Amino acid sequence: MRTLKLVAVSAGLSSPSSTRLLADRLTQAARYRLAEREYAVEVEVVELRDLAVDIAKNFVSGFPSEALEEAIEKVTGADGVIAVTPVFTASYSGLFKSFFDLVDPAALTGTPVLLGATGGTARHSLVLDHALRPLFAYLRARISSTAVYAASEDWGTGGDEYTEGLPHRITRAGEEFADLVAATADSGPGAEEELVPFEKQLADLRLD
Amino acid sequence: MQFGIFTVGDVTTDPTTGRTPTEHERIKNTVAIALKAEEVGLDVFATGEHHNPPFVPSSPTTLLGHIAARTENLVLSTSTTLITTNDPVKIAEDYATLQHLADGRVDLMMGRGNTGPVYPWFGQDIRQGIPLAIENYALLHKLWREDVVDWEGKFRTALQGFTSTPRPLDGVPPFVWHGSIRSPEIAEQAAYYGDGFFANHIFWPKQHTEKMVRLYRQRYAHYGHGTEEQAIVGLGGQVFMRKNSQDAVREFRPYFDNAPVYGHGPSLEEFSSQTPLTVGSPQEVIERTLSFRDYVGDYQRQLFLVDHAGLPLKTVLEQLDILGEEVVPVLRKEFANLRPAGVPATAPLHPAVLASKEV
Repeated sequence: MRTLKLVAVSAGLSSPSSTRLLADRLTQAARYRLAEREYAVEVEVVELRDLAVDIAKNFVSGFPSEALEEAIEKVTGADGVIAVTPVFTASYSGLFKSFFDLVDPAALTGTPVLLGATGGTARHSLVLDHALRPLFAYLRARISSTAVYAASEDWGTGGDEYTEGLPHRITRAGEEFADLVAATADSGPGAEEELVPFEKQLADLRLD
Repeated sequence: MQFGIFTVGDVTTDPTTGRTPTEHERIKNTVAIALKAEEVGLDVFATGEHHNPPFVPSSPTTLLGHIAARTENLVLSTSTTLITTNDPVKIAEDYATLQHLADGRVDLMMGRGNTGPVYPWFGQDIRQGIPLAIENYALLHKLWREDVVDWEGKFRTALQGFTSTPRPLDGVPPFVWHGSIRSPEIAEQAAYYGDGFFANHIFWPKQHTEKMVRLYRQRYAHYGHGTEEQAIVGLGGQVFMRKNSQDAVREFRPYFDNAPVYGHGPSLEEFSSQTPLTVGSPQEVIERTLSFRDYVGDYQRQLFLVDHAGLPLKTVLEQLDILGEEVVPVLRKEFANLRPAGVPATAPLHPAVLASKEV
């Protein structure tokens, strides 16, 4: 069985960053589940902070630096993507959006994606649903059903009688995502970019 | 191998003086640049086509017709002709006329342009860019090869019993290149017809150029026009030269830093390492240009962009002197030595041009 590639994209800016921490925890949860199911897994992390200047330059010059191109290829070549952003001004951060603006709109079609966000207060938790989900729906990614929002306080509290604590939410999200990644990988290779032979291109234009 | 220059035709402020040429100056300067290209022994002059400021070349055959009348040897070409938004019938007529006036010194390069609104301005839909390029060229190809054409397509009024006049000079249609940065469909189109493929090259890292040229070569062979090595490839490149490398960098940097197409992003050094931009001595330009062969194979046409970033006319003419005196003669010799037998040295030339070369 081939090795599954998971790529975590973290748009956290500080170091250490809670965004990166959440990305790592989500990745780990998915990894455990895939290991249980006897899949070999390889994990890579793309830290957008390191690419911030290259991302800005790409907007101006129209082409990516080698490091940025490599990061984009990692993400678009992954069997599953864990995408985690801090909340800035009521949405994903500009850096997070800018990175995905540079990914070909068709390149994540059918790719399982696990969404995560972090913020100072739990009041922003719907950012997962009003900002992140539409973005990845546009990219036609397979969005894993449970997404995880971690407020600062979540790192220091357990659950309460209504809500499970962060570790439980992470585990559930990671397991659902892992199952989605496995199911997608088992359903065979994705559609490779094919060259349309010229006769076909001409035929497509014929009037009926 | 053919060497030449291609111009975008932008009116750009000289950042060192703050002076912006008028459209009239830019157009006249473009002619002066073309005449100089012939004078210093270059083979090709190609003009872009644009329909919005700050660009002046909206009427390429008017410009090229004028240059044709004032030159003897220069091949006149385009970089590119908008196959998407021009009526293919008008392209057939205009370039056949130019071919007659220039005694066969004409070829052209098809492209889709880079300005979205041009499509609606000309009544087209940008989402149909590739289908337009394919259908319009199929019609153009037919108009130049069949005396009486019946045609029905998706994008244009039907033609029944139509003859495009004048017929191509000596019945030989102008050679066509297809330019693209990263659309495999266009490489496939060029290969299907056995036409040339021109990789603009100048604003993209070489891996993209390499991939596209490889695809074109494979498909050229697939369609039975010859071997992969015999496919007709052209490349762009942009240069700025002075005797000493440091002088070139010092003089060009303010132009680079402020030019709309270069500035405010990657540094001159980063841009130079990722794209063919070469700012340095003539020897550096020679070495860099020869290195293109390492990833595209033996190719037939090299066009340089020299009138970029708002450089004044005097400087551009100096660049052409350096190209003609120090760079191109060496490149001609080196590329010829490297080229295996059986690989064409140039794209097919019109018989009239060939005959004049043989005299």
